[in-house]
Amino acid sequence: MHEMSIVQGLLDIIRQEMGRHGVTRLHEVKVVHGRLTNVVPEALDLAWEVLSKDTEFEGARLVTEEIPLRLRCGACRAEFSPEHLSAVLAPCPSCGEELGHEVVAGREMYIAQIEAE
Amino acid sequence: MQIPIVRNILEANDRIAAQLKKSFAEKGILVLNLMSSPGAGKTSLLERTLRDLAPEFRMAVIEGDLQTDNDARRVAATGAQAVQVNTDGGCHLDGSMIMEALNSLDLSGLDILFVENVGNLVCPAEFSVGEDHNIALLSVAEGDDKPEKYPLLFHISSVMLLNKTDLLPYVDFSLEKASAHATALNKEIAVFPVSCRTGEGLDAWYGWLRAARAAKKPAA
Repeated sequence: MHEMSIVQGLLDIIRQEMGRHGVTRLHEVKVVHGRLTNVVPEALDLAWEVLSKDTEFEGARLVTEEIPLRLRCGACRAEFSPEHLSAVLAPCPSCGEELGHEVVAGREMYIAQIEAE
Repeated sequence: MQIPIVRNILEANDRIAAQLKKSFAEKGILVLNLMSSPGAGKTSLLERTLRDLAPEFRMAVIEGDLQTDNDARRVAATGAQAVQVNTDGGCHLDGSMIMEALNSLDLSGLDILFVENVGNLVCPAEFSVGEDHNIALLSVAEGDDKPEKYPLLFHISSVMLLNKTDLLPYVDFSLEKASAHATALNKEIAVFPVSCRTGEGLDAWYGWLRAARAAKKPAA
């Protein structure tokens, strides 16, 4: 349940950014997370509901977007996204290599934008 | 109106972790973040390591635990300094907890600081504690598909220890399969099969520790 800590970080950032932009009412916040980050969107929703309740953010929508895992082959350097998300032992579609791939995308966890007035 | 932001959500922890890392670098302390499931043998590994390497290194442990101080007492029995951090149900340690725990530790002349994280293969992997290396510990009783199921932890770890190899005759665990999955996203990961009960394989782990300690510049 590290989603609680994630939402706590989220609330702190939103407060700062709203102050900086002179807005007071939050409608929506968009969070982008990579496939490899272990974030469970349902758990994030629940944490958002619990932690935003009775705050100035109560009722605002949390929108999440997942970035698929993208790898660079350990042998031929071709980039690819494994077909099955759970299969980390993913053969490169170009050369068949299974080991030593680099993670190009999938570790992101950031707040992308807020909608507020 | 729409306001684009693009800020890392865990930036607060990353900032604290960076401060910790700088402070550990100045003091020349090697910091290892030890992560595993509950019951994989983190504390047993530390008991062995602290006893066997006591003549070589000054070591201390920060023990993360949900409630009790059982592990801290086991570690302290080896003679090493141990500080208990209770997370009160929290699933991971973070930088601020380490910062606070440091107030109760004598860091002078310390060679290695172990952070025994909360038993959990998911959450601790997201929160840096200022470590030089992450160490993943997996016991053969848990199944060889763990690196496949929890790829982040094995992706960020420098070492994977496969503990309880004395149980290998009784469980269906393939050392090859576990190693292959850990290596899929991390070709640098060092894999050491060990048994903290019999001591088998620990020499290779100690060899890695000595090399990591030597690679860390001592305090100026």
